[in-house]
Amino acid sequence: MSWHWEFLFDDPGGAAPTYWQWLFSAWGWTLAVAGLAWCVALVVGVAIGLVRTWRGDDKGWAAGLATAWVELFRNIPLLVQVFLWYHVLPMLLPVFRHFSPFLLAVMAIGLFTSARIAEQVRSGMGALAKGQRAAATALGLSTGQSFRYVLLPQVGRIMWPALTSEAMSIVKNSSVAFAVSVSELTLFAMQAQEETSRGIEVYLLVTGLYAFTAFMVYALMTGIAAKAKWA
Amino acid sequence: MNHWLNPPSFVGFHRQWVSVLLAAGFCATGSVAQAQSSDTLAKVKAAGAITMGVRDSSGALSYTLGNGVYTGYHVELCNAIIANVEKAVGKKLEVKYQVVTSQNRLPLVQNGTVDIECGSTTNNATRQRDVAFLNTAYVEEVRTAVRADSGINSIAQLAGKNVATTTGTTSVQLLRKHERADGINFNEIFGKDHADSFLLLESGRADAFVMDGQILAGNIALSKNPANFKITGEVLSVEPIAIMVRKDDPAFKKIGDDTIAAMAKSGELAKLYDKWFMQAIPPKGQRLNLAANENTRQAWASPNDKPAEAYQKK
Repeated sequence: MSWHWEFLFDDPGGAAPTYWQWLFSAWGWTLAVAGLAWCVALVVGVAIGLVRTWRGDDKGWAAGLATAWVELFRNIPLLVQVFLWYHVLPMLLPVFRHFSPFLLAVMAIGLFTSARIAEQVRSGMGALAKGQRAAATALGLSTGQSFRYVLLPQVGRIMWPALTSEAMSIVKNSSVAFAVSVSELTLFAMQAQEETSRGIEVYLLVTGLYAFTAFMVYALMTGIAAKAKWA
Repeated sequence: MNHWLNPPSFVGFHRQWVSVLLAAGFCATGSVAQAQSSDTLAKVKAAGAITMGVRDSSGALSYTLGNGVYTGYHVELCNAIIANVEKAVGKKLEVKYQVVTSQNRLPLVQNGTVDIECGSTTNNATRQRDVAFLNTAYVEEVRTAVRADSGINSIAQLAGKNVATTTGTTSVQLLRKHERADGINFNEIFGKDHADSFLLLESGRADAFVMDGQILAGNIALSKNPANFKITGEVLSVEPIAIMVRKDDPAFKKIGDDTIAAMAKSGELAKLYDKWFMQAIPPKGQRLNLAANENTRQAWASPNDKPAEAYQKK
């Protein structure tokens, strides 16, 4: 086969005047889905992880709820979760009918990832020497203070590499948003290859953008670690 | 002293690996760039087998019944063509099925994985640069399905409404162009496949589903209550759907073209159409009740492989 890239300058007949502009708008949607979902995942995931490890013995109703949260979100395939948010939840709770597919996809991907981050917080806590918590308490620190000044700074360092992969994963996982009609990179790829019949070129470009984005996330995360002198 | 652990040889070692990787990379691009020899008759004769590209679910044109069984209007037509190919090469051929998707069907025909693609591929000018199409046996009309009680009868009534269509189909592009040309504004919702798009219509999330007529008819026929839906409004586009073969292989294409032309002339093609689009079809005995449209009848009357663009000029 031969390469034909000139389709990039063709008019797809919609909001974007050319295919390359559409490609970049699709990339923007990918970044938006991944970025927002990451915020949701980080806030919820760290909160759930803290609830689970607060008492240090994994007991009590709050830790139980947090455990249930983790098991619920990590035992259901992501694509199925996206469909549950999109098709099932609006049937059960009418308020979700007013949510855009974009928001529903962000919730689905964000909460799925939150379960994974919560587990990383917990395993980070597990990796700390038991004496750390005891020593903090012995110094007269409250549970909140010992988390703030003793445990979390160490846990952050321990879980950073895992968090880096998770941040890269969320970029790639954002591709499931195509299934609920968010016009991100994967939807662009499926649609543009059909319209232009240049499947290999389209998928090459989209693959390149995914790889570039994930690599940038990696660079950012390792950059933060280097700045903080963790690595 | 050139011990293998010395730093300089390490560098050499490294360079070697780089060149191996580069060579592998070039091989990979080389095989993509390699043109498949286009003498399909010689190829299938030598192999004793022919590979048919089929679809999992392309309405009554090409679909699976499960367990590796593929059927449909185009599949049956291809079987008739393969029978004539067998006569031409003078031996019985084993028919292998290869499921294709709208993403991979062109490359798979080009690189020789698939010899004859019997799915639901629109014959258009862009694709004719890469592949060839046999005589058109089916001309599709893109229409709109709505809930029967919605009161929607034309695309103009869709302003401000939610319109579903399926990602990776030409209908999406069509809808976009209509939106821009007529200044109608509607919310497009993209289903990930036809069943998903139809679910959007069924659940009320979408007010209309714009798609190939036979796919709409098929989804309606299989729905819980077919009377709740109707196909309505103007024909948004006319597209010849054709069987795809490799480009620059006139001998193979001629057998296919002649088979279709002969079946059209003898009335066999009309009977085949009736079987798939009017009568009850497997697996559930549903009926599409989709009478052959004017363009399809014309294609039968004067067999041709004109692309979609030729239909739009009329």
